[in-house]
Amino acid sequence: MFLPHTEADRQAMLKTIGVERMDDLFKDLPACTTDHPLNLPAPFTEMEALDEIAATADANETVRELTSFLGAGAYNHYIPAAVDAILRRGEFYTAYTPYQPEISQGTLQAIFEFQSLMTALTGMDVSNASHYDGATAVAEAVNMAFHNFRGKRKKMVLSPALHPQYRETVHTYIQGTEIEVLGGDIPLDAGPEALIPLIDDQTALVVVQYPDFFGRIYDYAALGEAVHAAKALFAIHINPIALGLLKPPAEFDADIVTGEGQPLGIPLAFGGPYLGIFTARQKYVRKMAGRIVGETVDTRGQRGYVLTLSTREQHIRREKATSNICSNQGLMALAATVYLSLLGKSGLKRVAELNYHKAHYAAEQIAALPEFGLCFPQTPFFNEFAVRCPLPAAEINARLLEHDILGGFDLGSAYPGMENCLLIAVTEMNSRNEIDHLVEHLAEVSHA
Amino acid sequence: MPEIKLELPQDEEAPKVVNPTIFEMSVPGRVGVTFPEPDVPAAPLPESFTREDLPLPELSEADVIRHFTNLSHLNHSVDTGFYPLGSCTMKYNPKINEETARLPGFAYLHPLQPIETTQGALGLLYETQEWLKEISGFAAMSLQPAAGAHGELTGVLIMRAYHRSRGDDKRVKMLIPDSAHGTNPASSAMSGLRVVQIPSDARGNIDLEALKAECDDTLAGLMITNPNTLGLFDENLTEICDLVHEAGGLVYGDGANLNAIMGISRPADCGIDVMHFNLHKTFSTPHGGGGPGSGPVGVTAELADFLPTPIAAIVDEGDEETPPLYGWYSPPKTIGRVKSFHGHFGIVVRAYTYMMMLGEQGLREAARHAVLNANYLQALLRDTYTIPHGDRICMHEFVAEGHWEDAPDIHALDISKRLMDFGFHPPTNYFPLIVPEALMIEPTETENRETLDAFADALIRIAEEARTDPEVLKTAPHKTPFGRLDEVKAARELVLCCWLPEDMD
Repeated sequence: MFLPHTEADRQAMLKTIGVERMDDLFKDLPACTTDHPLNLPAPFTEMEALDEIAATADANETVRELTSFLGAGAYNHYIPAAVDAILRRGEFYTAYTPYQPEISQGTLQAIFEFQSLMTALTGMDVSNASHYDGATAVAEAVNMAFHNFRGKRKKMVLSPALHPQYRETVHTYIQGTEIEVLGGDIPLDAGPEALIPLIDDQTALVVVQYPDFFGRIYDYAALGEAVHAAKALFAIHINPIALGLLKPPAEFDADIVTGEGQPLGIPLAFGGPYLGIFTARQKYVRKMAGRIVGETVDTRGQRGYVLTLSTREQHIRREKATSNICSNQGLMALAATVYLSLLGKSGLKRVAELNYHKAHYAAEQIAALPEFGLCFPQTPFFNEFAVRCPLPAAEINARLLEHDILGGFDLGSAYPGMENCLLIAVTEMNSRNEIDHLVEHLAEVSHA
Repeated sequence: MPEIKLELPQDEEAPKVVNPTIFEMSVPGRVGVTFPEPDVPAAPLPESFTREDLPLPELSEADVIRHFTNLSHLNHSVDTGFYPLGSCTMKYNPKINEETARLPGFAYLHPLQPIETTQGALGLLYETQEWLKEISGFAAMSLQPAAGAHGELTGVLIMRAYHRSRGDDKRVKMLIPDSAHGTNPASSAMSGLRVVQIPSDARGNIDLEALKAECDDTLAGLMITNPNTLGLFDENLTEICDLVHEAGGLVYGDGANLNAIMGISRPADCGIDVMHFNLHKTFSTPHGGGGPGSGPVGVTAELADFLPTPIAAIVDEGDEETPPLYGWYSPPKTIGRVKSFHGHFGIVVRAYTYMMMLGEQGLREAARHAVLNANYLQALLRDTYTIPHGDRICMHEFVAEGHWEDAPDIHALDISKRLMDFGFHPPTNYFPLIVPEALMIEPTETENRETLDAFADALIRIAEEARTDPEVLKTAPHKTPFGRLDEVKAARELVLCCWLPEDMD
């Protein structure tokens, strides 16, 4: 199977080593070593394993069998077949971090193109080679801002409409530091300007989301001005599909733009692996964590690429490094690169518009139902919106599931007081029929 | 590490473009995929928010496929050749893993679906936790961390939270051997701990006297990689763990080198309190050109309450007629979540497939043959290269010194670059830091004897060339599509992205 050794190989190799038996290789291990039998299943052949695991997979009901309006940070988008055709190339997926550029130009150029696409999309100057996901990209922004002010500014203002799991992740990351996180108790309908009173000369960073967790689109220009007046850094977390339509966050004068790259050709896969996007202004390039690829030339006069600015990183700086990141999401960055290469200028705009129109059709239909209403009717939104329902969202979701519909994210699970609110996401994958079907069943709920 | 001095072309001509970027290939009007017309009425766009320009490339599907396929040909990979990158465990990645991870029942599953619709996935996570617990001896497990370094951060935060929960706030000192991966001190520093380096002794073990001197009441713990980065199983592991525990500290195990000992020695049985696994090393999931990895963390019973939330669990035992109901569990003193959702599920499926196919015996045999291959290579090279502690049986890897007194200009880097001409990926260079001109070699168990022989022959021939024709090493590689690249220029000029041709001055 995966071991090539014949008995003759083993004997010859042991002889070369100068020992008699395989066990002799382990005879000097300390007493805690044991051949204690492990309680693991007996080995499966490939055909048995596939059978068994396929049955496990079939025990799930996916967004293919169910009609899904779930989003909240992970979105069901169409992935062109060409994306996976490239990801399945062994030359890409069985390579590692391109430490040896002479034999890693494939990965290096792909990352360089990824960095280029991310800066084109966000309007920022520089991008790294990726972080683990959106949540950890935000946590690294906090980390970077803290070090940017040499630990002297300790306040981080996070919008309450930043994804709740991202805020939780930031809280986990900072527990060994003196960082203080603010913003959690600002009213959700107060708009971005409500964060301004929290900003002072101790503020290192302000983070907002665009569109925010509730799908809302805000103009962050005034907030950005206030952040910079306090000489703090301004970070905007984005959904990259929305940027096919919306003005880039650089126009709000962001210093850092993070994002969750899953919508760019990466399967839902029960939550991962996804892709953390991290871009910044040029002046912060030496403060960014993670791998960065730069262009250069080889001895033969050919243009090529290398990992650069590695003196920022843990393998050189050890405890003085600002981040411990080593592995990134190389293959997921490749997926996003292929996806955006295929869609290009017009394709990404088209997908963004499809999401926008379908979500607005759904919102209009639902808002027209008796006892239903939008939570934030005055604010523009992208492909996701919050709905206030006549019953607890959990109850509505249970009823919808009886009709094979995944209703939406139960906002009460993350925001106390919103127990009757559903966060509904609509993408290009949802047909008008599916939307009408959802509306029909919601109508039954209100009549019940 | 020596600076690479390059003989660059002297003329000021623009560099030769071997592969245009997607931006340079772009032709206005092309598109690689089309989408249907909207089947709903168009809603008015939010004019004040719409962007004026979207500077993305425009390519046909065939352009895209050909471009990335051609790029792929420029990579060395496990599928195309030997990749003895020490500490990275570049073993063969079984193809079936790629099939199981892509099964529609997994690929199209949203992470926030109700548990009633995700019983298969939750059960798979639960079983993976159980198997990893069995292999390591730990009492509880989180699959959430995204990579090894992420698992380290998680583990160190757990250690910190444990001390603080006991009111033991003064424990802020983390001991780290001088042979450790750079991520160890970086993870500790991120968690607010003070790093103190511990030297290695003459046999490559942790220096016990130096360790004892630091074991006081400010000790948070010790981070140990075992086998260590010299490929040596620490002969005093039990004593080391006892010393740390007696001083009230905890022992963190960097599981990067678990491939040497799985099925043979269980870290928890040896006294390790918390450890991360690297599913992308030990459990055959692919390295993806730099990720995604997966870095589950296992802990002893007394640390279980601090694990990240959520964890897959049985929430209702069921009975003879009803199967157990899987769901999510939040440990009572959790450090919180370390990323969104539940970890790298797609990677966990691959590791699960691997464990299922190997079973107990197969996992143990994988480890035993990884050690056999490393010792065989070490034996073949021992007369040609200085191998510190080469008198000891190594585990899954060993470190050779890439320099000789009678070839003063030759460095490990030159040997590495020359190895590429023989079709091999070089070993890890300049790590661990305690070995001069380090070449860290980890063959893994999936390589056959002929490959190991050919690799040893190449290294022996390079050692000869170092004396007879050093220039061929200094100017290597010769047979690769690219020669040495100018890293100084890259760092000085910082060209980090490309633009559409019309945007260029």
